[in-house]
Amino acid sequence: MRASIAIMRQPSLIGLLMVTPALLLLAALFLYPLVFSLISAFTVERSDAPAPTFGLFNFFNAYELYATDILFTVVIVGVSTLLIGLFAVAIGGYLTLGETALAVAVLRWLYRWPLFIPFIVAAQCMRSFLAKNGLMNTALEAAGLLDPLSAQSFLDWRGIIITFVWKQTPFVALLVAGAMASIDRSTIEAARNLGASRLRALVEIIVPQVQQILVVGLVLSFVTMMSVLSVPIMISGNTPTMMTVDMAFRINAYGDYGTANALGLISYVLTGAVAWIYVRRGVRQGTPP
Amino acid sequence: MTPIRALRALPSAVLIVLLALVIFGPLMNLLIWAVTERWYFPHKLPLEYGFSFWERVFRPRGNAMKSLVTSIWIAVFTVVACLALSVPAGYALARLKLPLRALIMLAFLLPQAFPAVPIYINITRTFYELQLNGTITGVVMVHTLHGLVYSVWISTAAFAAVDRSLEEAARNIGAGPLRAFFTITLPLAMPGIMASAIFVFLESLDEFTGTFFVGTPDVTTLPLLMFRASIEGNYQIASITALILLVPSLAFMLVVERFLRADVLAKVGA
Repeated sequence: MRASIAIMRQPSLIGLLMVTPALLLLAALFLYPLVFSLISAFTVERSDAPAPTFGLFNFFNAYELYATDILFTVVIVGVSTLLIGLFAVAIGGYLTLGETALAVAVLRWLYRWPLFIPFIVAAQCMRSFLAKNGLMNTALEAAGLLDPLSAQSFLDWRGIIITFVWKQTPFVALLVAGAMASIDRSTIEAARNLGASRLRALVEIIVPQVQQILVVGLVLSFVTMMSVLSVPIMISGNTPTMMTVDMAFRINAYGDYGTANALGLISYVLTGAVAWIYVRRGVRQGTPP
Repeated sequence: MTPIRALRALPSAVLIVLLALVIFGPLMNLLIWAVTERWYFPHKLPLEYGFSFWERVFRPRGNAMKSLVTSIWIAVFTVVACLALSVPAGYALARLKLPLRALIMLAFLLPQAFPAVPIYINITRTFYELQLNGTITGVVMVHTLHGLVYSVWISTAAFAAVDRSLEEAARNIGAGPLRAFFTITLPLAMPGIMASAIFVFLESLDEFTGTFFVGTPDVTTLPLLMFRASIEGNYQIASITALILLVPSLAFMLVVERFLRADVLAKVGA
């Protein structure tokens, strides 16, 4: 007892030493590149100037070349986030309020699958599924819902949104369903007894109580979608495309770090605006990182 | 079931079937491609089925087997690196008195809060000077950064879930701090640490973006091989490789709840 209390009292030097290696790796492989990207975004290197200067040239260049793609990225990720939130609430709501026990059990088993499928595998699945002669069109034609002549490929912005929603909804639904399961059932039952429909109970009683974790899940999904390179390249590599693809292209084709980092900084600002909500809501509310 | 009850259950049954189609449709298409010999537009289904591409993928000295071995080694090294860093860090964060503890926990979360591509681009630039590009070491370092968030947070939670009085009992009957750690605390925290190890292993196995920048041109992991096959239009090879990547992830889905117990989960972020 005495020994452990002694350990607890020292503002532990040993403890700091134990955390240091992990922090050093974080500093070398995250903070350093982050600072480097910020500096590089404002550094202008030109062949006619003797030394690099600071300025906004990279941002003008990025805007001129990729303004459409920046807008495109915001729209794709924004729409995906909204749809993910909608579907996650619907799934969580059905799991909480569903009256057919069998349907609830099946749904609980069913909805998680994409969560464990890697992004790159999801992208390959969708690359064949959404193609012009993919299984989706084939199934719609077989059901008589689609005229074979008007069949089209969904491998464009719509395909990216479909893939993102397919892959990320289970993650948010898992968080939301967990939070919904732990709220006080008596308020829901009171509302139901007073004649509120299930939809109304969901929107007015349940969602406000799980709003915090819903927002955390959506913010994490937003950042994830801004980071994924494989999905936009594999679903729709042509213009217009997402900023991640443009950054990779600037580096691989031109070695142009200035413009790539300017685009990077713009994507930090976009996620930063959203992450601000996350910080405001408090990290402690978030479950698994 | 009375007809009326059956009728009332109908809408949810229809919705569930639709959802099943949406979830399994893309996976089904992958499976079909994996056993296709010939399939081109405008044919709705493959013209010929067979396993000749499987033979190509699983050929002992083929590219796919080489990539699989590379991927597994990278994942193993990444797990070792992550555990070596996060077991001491997790113990310190859970048990010892640290200044700025909340800030340190938050710092490990930071890489999740930033878009990854610009970070990887600048790591690549630095690695180029250090001649780490295209090396296994470079790829392992990037994967370790990616896995560290999970391993630090989960192992901190695992240590926090261990009953402190057991440790104190061991100390009272004369065990030194190291002995108490290795005989009491570590074994009790092991399920959580194993869960984080499996998690890091899978994240490394599936990682694409970092390897895409740091690994090229010499390190070809399975996701990179899959990507190249897909871009070249060889959907059979891409689909079979995707299936190989899928198996460990789905196996994890089935066992995850056994490793990550509720008492550990409750301590995550606490």
